Amino acid sequence: MAPLKASLRPAPAPPPAPIPVTLNVNGVERTLHLAPWTTLLDALRLHLDLTGTKKGCDHGQCGACTVLVDGRRINSCLTLAAMQDGRKVTTIEGLTTGDALHPLQEAFIEHDAFQCGYCTPGQICSAAGLIAEGKATTDDEIRELMSGNLCRCGAYPNIVAAIRQAMATVAPKAEGAP
Amino acid sequence: MRSFTYSRAGSAAEAVGRAAAGTAFVAGGTNLLDLMKADVLRPEGLVDISRLPLDRIEETAEGGLRLGALARNADTAYDERVQTRYPMLSKAILAGASAQLRNMATNGGNLLQRTRCYYFYDTATPCNKRQPGSGCGAIGGVNRIHAILGASDQCIAVHPSDLCVALAALEAVVRVTGPDGERSIPFAELHRLPGDRPEIDTVLRPGDLVTAIDLPARGFAEHSTYLKIRDRASYAFALVSVAAGLEMDGDTVRDARLALGGVAHKPWRDPEAEAALIGKPATPDRFRAAARVLLRDAKGHEHNSFKIELAERAIVRALTEAAERKGASRP
Amino acid sequence: MIAIPSIPGFLTEPNGPIGKPVSRVDGRKKVTGNAHYAAEFTLPDLAHGCIVSSAIARGRITRIDTAAALALPGVIHVFTHENRPSLAWFDRKWKDDDAPKGAPFRPLYDAEIHHALQPVALVVADSFELARYAARLVHIEYEAAPHQTDLRANRANSFTPGKDKGGFQPPPKPRGDPEQAFLASPVRVDAEFTQAAEYHNPMEMHATTVLHHDDGTLTVHDKTQGVQNCHTYICNVFGLAKSAVRVMSPFVGGAFGSGLRPQHQLFMAMLAATQLKRSIRVELSRPQMFSFGHRPETIQRVALGADRDGTLRALIHEAVQESSRNENYVEIVVNWSGQQYACDNVRLDYTLSRLDVHTPLDQRAPGAATGVPALEIAMDELACKLGMDPLDLRLKNYAETDPNTGNPFSSKELRACFRHGAERFGWAKRSPAPRSMRDGRELIGWGMAAGVWDAMQGQAAAKAVLGVDGKLVVSSATADIGTGTYTVMTQIAADVLGLPIEEVTFCLGDSSLPAAPVEGGSWTVSTVGSAVKAVCDRVRSQLIALAGKLENSPLKGVAEEDMVFADSHLIVRNDRSRRLSITEVMRGSGTLSIEEEARALPYLLARARHTFATHSAVFVEVRVDEDLGTVRVARVVSAIAAGRIINPKTARSQIQGAVVWGIGMGLEEEAFTDHRLGRVMNHDYAEYHVPVNADVPEIDVLFVEEHDDMVNALGAKGVGEIGIVGVPAAIANAIHHATGVRVRDFPITLDKVLAGLR
Repeated sequence: MAPLKASLRPAPAPPPAPIPVTLNVNGVERTLHLAPWTTLLDALRLHLDLTGTKKGCDHGQCGACTVLVDGRRINSCLTLAAMQDGRKVTTIEGLTTGDALHPLQEAFIEHDAFQCGYCTPGQICSAAGLIAEGKATTDDEIRELMSGNLCRCGAYPNIVAAIRQAMATVAPKAEGAP
Repeated sequence: MRSFTYSRAGSAAEAVGRAAAGTAFVAGGTNLLDLMKADVLRPEGLVDISRLPLDRIEETAEGGLRLGALARNADTAYDERVQTRYPMLSKAILAGASAQLRNMATNGGNLLQRTRCYYFYDTATPCNKRQPGSGCGAIGGVNRIHAILGASDQCIAVHPSDLCVALAALEAVVRVTGPDGERSIPFAELHRLPGDRPEIDTVLRPGDLVTAIDLPARGFAEHSTYLKIRDRASYAFALVSVAAGLEMDGDTVRDARLALGGVAHKPWRDPEAEAALIGKPATPDRFRAAARVLLRDAKGHEHNSFKIELAERAIVRALTEAAERKGASRP
Repeated sequence: MIAIPSIPGFLTEPNGPIGKPVSRVDGRKKVTGNAHYAAEFTLPDLAHGCIVSSAIARGRITRIDTAAALALPGVIHVFTHENRPSLAWFDRKWKDDDAPKGAPFRPLYDAEIHHALQPVALVVADSFELARYAARLVHIEYEAAPHQTDLRANRANSFTPGKDKGGFQPPPKPRGDPEQAFLASPVRVDAEFTQAAEYHNPMEMHATTVLHHDDGTLTVHDKTQGVQNCHTYICNVFGLAKSAVRVMSPFVGGAFGSGLRPQHQLFMAMLAATQLKRSIRVELSRPQMFSFGHRPETIQRVALGADRDGTLRALIHEAVQESSRNENYVEIVVNWSGQQYACDNVRLDYTLSRLDVHTPLDQRAPGAATGVPALEIAMDELACKLGMDPLDLRLKNYAETDPNTGNPFSSKELRACFRHGAERFGWAKRSPAPRSMRDGRELIGWGMAAGVWDAMQGQAAAKAVLGVDGKLVVSSATADIGTGTYTVMTQIAADVLGLPIEEVTFCLGDSSLPAAPVEGGSWTVSTVGSAVKAVCDRVRSQLIALAGKLENSPLKGVAEEDMVFADSHLIVRNDRSRRLSITEVMRGSGTLSIEEEARALPYLLARARHTFATHSAVFVEVRVDEDLGTVRVARVVSAIAAGRIINPKTARSQIQGAVVWGIGMGLEEEAFTDHRLGRVMNHDYAEYHVPVNADVPEIDVLFVEEHDDMVNALGAKGVGEIGIVGVPAAIANAIHHATGVRVRDFPITLDKVLAGLR
């Protein structure tokens, strides 16, 4: 197809105007003015400086950006911040209570369930979602239901061990129970 | 991702009213935003329908279930009624994507997801589906994941859904509201074959909004399965998948449903293949014969001819499992 | 024997931190989201850059129209070859420490396109989303030229490279009469093997953030395995004073080789920062992670000849690999085959074919990961023909000395790997015939392979500062790409000075720190660890000297070798009641801090006369669906000989991770190139398959005892690569054992198994 002459191409639409978006992030209400094209992931990383949530592909293919929205794990790269207006977002930074680590965080350190650490916040948030869902009881079920979180360092066996340990101490929430 | 306007619809009617050329509905967003970032889709406006009250799963008067278009894939798969009465469907959903994506993706969006063809995704390459008239990169290119059935010389892309394969086998009905009112579309008629208009995936018209998917009462709960074969154990699209449902009379097949995924532009069904099973004993030979009917027009390309044999073997396996299965089991 | 320097302050205490499964010292940061990677630093008014990639594989840009992009409010600039400033002229200015022979690629240099996805423009804007949008509006017209990307079609046009890249020697001259010996052998295997191109694909996409400070200096946060390598590169290319730039990479989200060379996002970010005089971030997209560096596609032939008792008589290994037009990337591939087994008639050949691709790049165990599996499958085939257990065949031809050089190994406990690995796996219970083990519809296969990797060492320096409070800070400009450098260096320092782990801080990833080479090739423990030990030894000597001078010192007159350091104390070995704390020594002597810097070199004389290598024996069980051809790895035992293991916890993780890489290499990873377009088509994480959690079973890692006082002062060899080598072969051999189907083309996707099952 012959390329259009520059002069014939329609002028591109200007960047979208910001709109107010209110998110409850880790228990704190935050109102941002974001262009609608800002994903939840970029809102967290670029506008709230919560860089614990990672960008590994930006296309829902790796799970590094996993956060909990209203308690459920999702890929924050594939939703717009505006679409989550009014919702409760929990990121890796929100799992810690004061100085105390979440049992998953403790278990990940103990079992060396990470190497480079880049997928780790997503793994931990995903595991928190997994435990809340209450669908995994065996190691194979953990493996399957954690397969949306790639770990290129290959820490999978230790991730499974860490989740197995944390599962014993973290009770699934009632509505997630089978 | 290009510039677009964003608005949230307060009702289905409002959503339909706002639908205009260049506007897209967004619900889960898992496929649409992905494709917008890849610059494959360039809507000028997004109408957010994710908060419309279309997320329920309800009984129908006919004894079936109505799956809200906005019910999340995970909620559908784990719904007690779906698991008990339509285990094939539950299994199919859980075979797709990841737990996170299933928490986001809606049933309606799943029906409308676009192909994963490499050329469709890469704007530097030809693709008739993305840019009509530019050619098909996959024909003569890298086509390991492409169609063996129902393709055209314009397009050999496949539909990537797992859910849809089960819905095809179950003969679900898609409920739609649009500028011309409400209507129902039998599942087999929803998706098109590429022909010479591969840019059009479905029979939906501009402004149409999927509101629900109706499952008939018959769920083949006692003898059904969903088998997915892929290049890794999880989180990959199907090379071949099979939704199989049987009604058994002792060792004889009383009724049969068989749909294939990963092989065509739509879930692939063929009444003749199912007829080849009905009234016959449930044996591997009969299953293979039915598979051959279903695959009789299969045509491979340079890298995907293996799918023909794989599909045949997968069908035999799935039917065998379905026939053996006694009682509904949770996936 | 070579005289080795004595080891004064090391492992003198049985309960020291060396050899303990210490949890990562950076673990808390990583699990709380407080570890910051290259794209996670910022300053006010940070600009965002988005790279535009070439749509064609070869040719030239005839027109580039940036007007539409620039018309958008908030778009700051579009850099192209037409408006780039004048930069360094000579190739040597563009070379980096890992550059092979040739002319390094120069981004935005001219209109020429050399490979698909070549960066052709950088759009700079106020926001990330706007930069991405504007990048789509840059209109480029090309004049395409014919390209060649198909190795198979171009293998005949290959040439023999020289010593074109550091760390790799050309193959040794043939020994004996391999062709004749092969033909005369009663039992022969002669087969071709292929390995698909693989992409590193670390989880963190390559990114650079340049912070432009008010005084004009720059802090560059780059995803790299070598901050000083990048520092030198950007100073050379942009003509900057060394003091004006600091390159940092305290955390690296995986690399596996992808960060060994400065990648083009670094160039782009620097270009924009220096031209616009402002801070900027450039982050690649996942598809753009396929625009540089990959494990090259390889075609190999292995021919083995043996006597009926299994004695190897001939070994021929030939490999042809792809490289770019501009550089001779070499990883030799074949040399380990001449080293692994005793054989008198050996020919090793290695050639390159130039294609219109970007230059390949070292990827975890470069060369060995590709070549050793071909050899190890051929050995399995030979064992089958001989009716011999594959393990027995390897023992039969065990190389006691390095056949390539005739030199002894500094240490080689491969036999112990075989023995302990086989025992743990239960190899003795294997039923030898293919298709003889099953569980329902699953065919069970047990396969094994051996592995080898070089135990290299470079030069590095380290600095130590011991405070009067007894806290120690040690630093060196190395990297921790997930390998555990922070932790292991902390352990070494803590061990030498008898400090608790918590009192020691190790700093890395900063170009202003003492010199260290790129982190790669499993040489960091050896290279940097030796420097850390050396500098801590100096601090130790100083403390002993200070302690001896104190009034009424209980340590007066005690010789250095009679002193031990433990619990933050200096203690007389034979009379532990005579002791002083480090704090007491420093306070007493009026010393506020002790600062030392030291450099460690490899033992060159020992290295000239020995071969230094790590070894492994891998045992794998696969389950193959006999109808569908699907393969799953059900269990793995990896037995490793790598000298002293400084930290069994992180070392085990290294091996497990490498086994996962081996599973990917064996079964999944493959870049599909459309040779008409000269373009990799599955350029994302959805279609370029790396293993997921559900692909990976329990992986049993065991480290065998291996004493080595020649390799370095630590006796440690490094474990980053050895875990992958051999794994693909063990999987292939297990698949053959399960099914009788021999697949020699990696990855072994189900279609290849299915073809044999018909």
